[in-house]
Amino acid sequence: MASIDIAGITKNFGNIEVLHGIDLDIEDGEFIVLVGPSGCGKSTLLRMIAGLEEVSSGDITIAGRRVNDLAPRDRDIAMVFQSYALYPHMNVAGNMSYSLRLRRTAKDRIAQAVSGAAGKLGLEPLLDRRPKALSGGQRQRVAMGRAIVRQPKAFLFDEPLSNLDARLREQMRAEIKRLHAELGATSIYVTHDQIEAMTLADRIVAMQGGVVQQVGTPLDLYDRPANLFVAGFIGSPGMNFLPGRYDAAPGPAVILADGARIALPLDPGLAPGAEVTLGIRPEHVALGESGGMEAGVDLIEPTGLGIILHLSLQGVGLKAFTADRGVLNSGPSIRVSLPSAHLHLFDSAGNRVALR
Amino acid sequence: MRNFRLIGTVAHRLALLVYIAVALFPLYWLLKIAVTPDKLLYTEGVRLWPSHITWSHFRFVIENSDFPIFFRNSVIVSGSTAVVVTALSSLSGYALSRFSFRFKFWLVGLMLVTQMFPLVMLVAPIFKLLSPLGLTNSLTGLVIVYTAFNLPFATFLMQSFFDGIPKDLEEAAMIDGASQFTAFREIILPLTLPGIAATLGFVFTAAWSELLFALMLISGNDAATFPVGLLGFVSKFAVDFGQMMAAGVLALIPACIFFLLIQRYLVQGLTAGAVKG
Ligand SMILES: Nc1ncnc2c1ncn2[C@@H]1O[C@H](COP(=O)(O)OP(=O)(O)OP(=O)(O)O)[C@@H](O)[C@H]1O
Ligand SMILES: [Mg+2]
Repeated sequence: MASIDIAGITKNFGNIEVLHGIDLDIEDGEFIVLVGPSGCGKSTLLRMIAGLEEVSSGDITIAGRRVNDLAPRDRDIAMVFQSYALYPHMNVAGNMSYSLRLRRTAKDRIAQAVSGAAGKLGLEPLLDRRPKALSGGQRQRVAMGRAIVRQPKAFLFDEPLSNLDARLREQMRAEIKRLHAELGATSIYVTHDQIEAMTLADRIVAMQGGVVQQVGTPLDLYDRPANLFVAGFIGSPGMNFLPGRYDAAPGPAVILADGARIALPLDPGLAPGAEVTLGIRPEHVALGESGGMEAGVDLIEPTGLGIILHLSLQGVGLKAFTADRGVLNSGPSIRVSLPSAHLHLFDSAGNRVALR
Repeated sequence: MRNFRLIGTVAHRLALLVYIAVALFPLYWLLKIAVTPDKLLYTEGVRLWPSHITWSHFRFVIENSDFPIFFRNSVIVSGSTAVVVTALSSLSGYALSRFSFRFKFWLVGLMLVTQMFPLVMLVAPIFKLLSPLGLTNSLTGLVIVYTAFNLPFATFLMQSFFDGIPKDLEEAAMIDGASQFTAFREIILPLTLPGIAATLGFVFTAAWSELLFALMLISGNDAATFPVGLLGFVSKFAVDFGQMMAAGVLALIPACIFFLLIQRYLVQGLTAGAVKG
């Protein structure tokens, strides 16, 4: 187990810089999830920590030792690939024990470690099988097993569940969480999946375009997104954004494009007339209240758990989420209001303006 | 709809049949003439099978000619060439597939250029190079020349097989604690067995049937290979077709055995199950 420090990391592929100075301190035993849109450099960062990509500048320190120039095998780190990368010519036991055999671990220790890991992952009946005789979920488990037999300093996961179907993904997610609670190993986990990020992470690192946008606990990012990118990226369905202007008198408020006045809970200290973006999560949009504004109902999506309504508020799209099935019978329009306690405000540069 | 599919299947099978017939017909003719008694060869006209057959050509070739020596030489030369070329090309093919290095583009270009020369042009310079080294009239000399000529193509062949193996696999091995060379040897190479078999087969056949250099670099029967030996049946006044064809049939045997040995790997897709699926 170990802490990992990343200081001022950049990465160039030829002339193109894809990571622009990443700083991140990961504590011993922490579970870090990297999220961000495709191509933002998550895999590249992970591969640099693993030693599969060279560091263009900056330092990576694992357990107090600078590892920039260490080969992957000397970093004592395990990685689970999206493709699983199982060795096709070895059976499950062979795949799991390969790292130990390379280290010339004693035979009985290997057998012990393999059966321990197989037990944790329910792989005992499959130890003699080749990877091609396994289902996707079983292959995924073998890949996990290969990582845990070694008891490495840290685990790296690059979208390990993205090739599984939804149900299996849910199951493996819970399993990974359980394994982490049990092993307490420092882990860095790359995913596209909101729920994986929210449920697994001690801290989430939201990246865009090779830059870290925000680091914080899942609820930090959910409740206090640092900018428009994080606000829009975290949460599903995504946060609604309404462009408008700040107005200070009579009380602090945002004037939307159509002239509607949305009161703010406190004075954010902006210049009157400043362009701002108002944000509100779909589940916080209040529906059917008397007062409020009139919104057209474009589309109703029942998910079972709740209902997603696609509304248009004077030409601006607005999504609302509610558990109240009464809205299924609403007519072509519905009254909505935006409770000030749940509003988010962003300045013209897209950065968060504190309202709480 | 169903009729169309039926017609399609029939046409497909027919096409395969025609292809096989065309490909095998020369071999059949070889065998036919090898067993046709000399006196029937011209008298019976063009027939698919002679009215009676004889093994005397085979007996003569084995007992009274230098063919066993030619054979031995050919096996030595082709076998060594195949092994040496395959060993070298699996290294160079891996390098081309996985490493990026300076002048790689030019190196590949140069290797392609070597494939464009008419070999006849090179006979004299090669002879000049080899003779002071005492490598003319020697099997070693032939192995060296064949290795040089087959290496570029074999390298490209091996490279394409390595390209087909996911990079993730050796990266996983390196994270597991292997050096790049260990990952190559223990993970990648076993998965390239079909490629290795294909390369072995290709080079073996190329060397087995090579005539030009075998003829130019070797004089006398001691170091002659079998294609050169075959020419011995063409004399100034007549061609002994029966014996020549019998020798040809015998020459097919090692090639057949060789392919029987490697065919298991040729058809096997060993990488199945490596990644998702
Ligand atoms: N070997 C390479 N050569 C050149 N550019 C590369 C290379 N590898 C990655 N890149 C570029 O670096 C950027 C980041 O890639 P990376 O794979 O890290 O993205 P990612 O965040 O993992 O995306 P995804 O979510 O799709 O996996 C991309 O723009 C990609 O095109
Ligand atoms: Mg990626």
